[in-house]
Amino acid sequence: MKLEQRFLFLALLLAAFALPSPAHAMHISEGILPPQWAGLWFAVALPFVAWGLRDLRVRSAREPFFKPMLGLIGAAVFVISCMPIPVPSAGTCSHPCGTGMAAILIGPSMTVVVTSIALLLQALFLSHGGFTTYGANIVSMGVVGAFTGWGVFRFARKLGVRPLVAAFLAGMLSDWATYATTSFELASALHGSGSLLAMWTTIGTAFLWTQLPLGIFEGIITAGVYRFIASRRPSLLECLGVEPARCPGCACQKNETSVVEGGVQ
Amino acid sequence: MKKMVVVATLVVALAAGLTFFLAQRPGKWPGVDESVIEKFAEQAGHPARKPFIDTDKGDLLLFFFLIAGAAGGFVAGYCFRELFPPKKSG
Repeated sequence: MKLEQRFLFLALLLAAFALPSPAHAMHISEGILPPQWAGLWFAVALPFVAWGLRDLRVRSAREPFFKPMLGLIGAAVFVISCMPIPVPSAGTCSHPCGTGMAAILIGPSMTVVVTSIALLLQALFLSHGGFTTYGANIVSMGVVGAFTGWGVFRFARKLGVRPLVAAFLAGMLSDWATYATTSFELASALHGSGSLLAMWTTIGTAFLWTQLPLGIFEGIITAGVYRFIASRRPSLLECLGVEPARCPGCACQKNETSVVEGGVQ
Repeated sequence: MKKMVVVATLVVALAAGLTFFLAQRPGKWPGVDESVIEKFAEQAGHPARKPFIDTDKGDLLLFFFLIAGAAGGFVAGYCFRELFPPKKSG
């Protein structure tokens, strides 16, 4: 490692230690959902997890760079989704989800799998989320967050939107969709004899002041990650099917030696 | 090198400024689970219960968060090097 890289690493380390101590955010805590609602969200999540596990086997065998990318994305989603970020405009902390970024790079079904693993580890060791609310948290963060991010990116690209803008929109809207779904899950289980729509709106509005800036932040992070890969190793995006391959089959050779493929450093 | 020193100094200064600013603000900086989710759940008569595996005791949670961050960082770094190996000189 060069001296200047060490210096930057040290600076980032110092900056990381300056961040506040653990707090919890979007995940629905243990025991909040009545059993029938907890069961329903488990049932909704299960087919998506099964689909993702099937895709995992197929894509691991087919795409040589898939496993390390899955490891990288899985670790990123785990860390991002338990990292509280203070939002001065609201005076509260919340976390981004990372599922929009993950869905663009590894696809929505695989994002459901990595999210399920991240949520399980957080429930086991970090008192973050819960076992009875595991299904609901998979649906909001894994399923809705991932499919929204993936769908927005694909749709925007089809419309001819530039990749960075599409990635920004995907990150931002997947974050907002996740919290809108959490609001819906809470409202549907807790509205009692009151109006579901009224309670959904009330809870969603309460999230708004924290998530509005955080969603924009998540969009910027997603666009930044996309730009990094596009400039450092663009063939990876083709290999993963994010962008159409200019030379089908060429990009995915395991012995590919190119490190910086003509992109911006 | 000079550019890197400037960037590193700016990062540390920004982090220090942010920490100072946030520390000066009143309030406890609760997570939205406490300020939104648990608040509405309590109002509806479904308060959150203690986690089945409760690590939120003293500094134990801080320890687990640190371990989780370090493990996540290690895995991410390991995979990152495989996907983006360092430039070969020459």
